[in-house]
Amino acid sequence: MITVVDYGLGNLGSIENMLKRINVPVNVTSNLSEIKKASKLLLPGVGKFDAAMNRINDSGLRDVLDEKALNEKIPVLGICLGMQLLTCSSEEGGVPGLGWIKATTKKFPVFGDLKVPHMGWNVVDVSNDNVLIQSLPKDSRFYFVHSYCVHVHDSKHSILKTKYGIEFDSAVGHGNVFGTQFHPEKSHKFGMQLLRNFASI
Amino acid sequence: MLRTRVIPCLLLRNESLVKTVQFGKFTYIGDPCNTVRIFNELEVDELMFLDITASSEKRPPNIKVLSDIANECFMPLSYGGGVKSLEMAKSVFEIGVEKIVLNTQAITNPELITEIASVYGNQSVVVSIDVKKNMFGKYTVWSHAGKRRHHLELVEWAKKVELLGAGEILLTSIDREGTWIGYDTELTRIVADSVTIPVVANGGAGTVSHLKEAVVAGGASAVALGSMVVFQKKGMGVLVNVPDQVNWD
Repeated sequence: MITVVDYGLGNLGSIENMLKRINVPVNVTSNLSEIKKASKLLLPGVGKFDAAMNRINDSGLRDVLDEKALNEKIPVLGICLGMQLLTCSSEEGGVPGLGWIKATTKKFPVFGDLKVPHMGWNVVDVSNDNVLIQSLPKDSRFYFVHSYCVHVHDSKHSILKTKYGIEFDSAVGHGNVFGTQFHPEKSHKFGMQLLRNFASI
Repeated sequence: MLRTRVIPCLLLRNESLVKTVQFGKFTYIGDPCNTVRIFNELEVDELMFLDITASSEKRPPNIKVLSDIANECFMPLSYGGGVKSLEMAKSVFEIGVEKIVLNTQAITNPELITEIASVYGNQSVVVSIDVKKNMFGKYTVWSHAGKRRHHLELVEWAKKVELLGAGEILLTSIDREGTWIGYDTELTRIVADSVTIPVVANGGAGTVSHLKEAVVAGGASAVALGSMVVFQKKGMGVLVNVPDQVNWD
C-alpha cells in the first residue's frame, strides 16, 4: 500500500490512476492518523514551494512526516515539487524545506533560447545506481515541468541527472528517501517501471 | 536535450470528439476515452482537450467525461473550456489534469491567470490565443471559440499573459485551423520572439515538414495537431494516429 499525502496541492488524480493501473493499492489521504499508519509515503506536488511548506507546517503534517521518514525510515518518494520539498531550501520561497536530502532548489538560469519552465520529455543519465531505477530501458525518457531544479550537496545522493542548459539532479535518493523531478505518473511505461520499483522496495 | 513536444489537440463538443475547419464545420470523430487509449499505446508526448462550446454555452467543465479521460491518460493532459474560477480549476486539477487552458476567461477575467498560477504554479496555466488575420493583414485576437473579436494588440496581449503568470501560450491560427496547409509560421515567430515562455503552434498542420517549419521558422517550442492525428488524410475517414518521428535537426 502506498499512502499518497494530500496536503491540498498535488495532482493526486494522475498518481492514483497510474498506481491503480500497475495494481498497487493506494490510499490518498490528508488524515494524520492514516498517514501515521502508512508503510510507504508518496509526496506529490504541483504548485509553489512556500504554499506547500506552509500547508505541511500548519496542518500538523510536519511532525508526522518527520517521524515516518527520519525515525521509522519508511520509503518516501517525492515527485516534482514533492522532491523539491525534500531539500533544505528553495529560491522560489523563503520557508525552509523538509531538509531530508541535503540539497538546494534553485531557479533555472536563463540560457539563450531555452525557455523556462523546463517543460517536456527529456532523457536522464545515471549518476548512482539505485533500486528506484532498476530495469529501466536505456532510452528512458520522462516528462518534466518545472522552473526550479535541485542540486544535491553530496553527489552520492544523486540517482539521475538531466541537462537543460545546466545539469541538475532529476532523481535523488538518501537511504529511504527518494525524489524525482519528473512526473513518473505521466511518463508512459518508463514512469510505470519506476513506480513499480518504488512499490516493491 | 528536450524533445520538441508533439501534442494532439482534441476538441470536445458535448461528450464527443469533433474536428473543425476554421473553428466551424464540425466532423464527428468518436469517443474521447477510446481515443485516449489509442494515444496511450502510441506513447504521444502530451494530450490537450478543448471543450469548444463550454464558454459559448456558459457550461462548466464536464468533470465526468474529463475524469474518464484522465483515468486513461498516462501522459500530460491539458484541458480548456468553461473554467471560470479557481474553484473550477481545482476540481479539474484534482482528477489528474496537469494544465488548464484559458482563452475566453483569460480575456474577460485576466486575474484568473494569476490566481491559478499563484496556487498551482505558472506551468499549470496555458493561455490560448486565437488569432485571425483581418482584411488588412493585421493579426486580431478572438475569444468564445472564434466568435468574438477583441481589441487587444497581439504582441501586447502575449506579453501581458506571460506577466500575469501564464506558463505557456497555445497560439492558434483560426485561418489555418483544419486546413492542412501548414502553420502560420510568421504568426508563431512574432509571438515566440516577444515572450520567454513556450509557444505551442496550432492550426494548419498537414505534414511532418509543417511541424518542423513551426519550430525552425516559427520558433515554436511545441506543436499541436488536430486533423493530422484524427484523419487518415485530408478529406478521408477517421483514423487516430500520430505522425512518424520528426527529425528536428
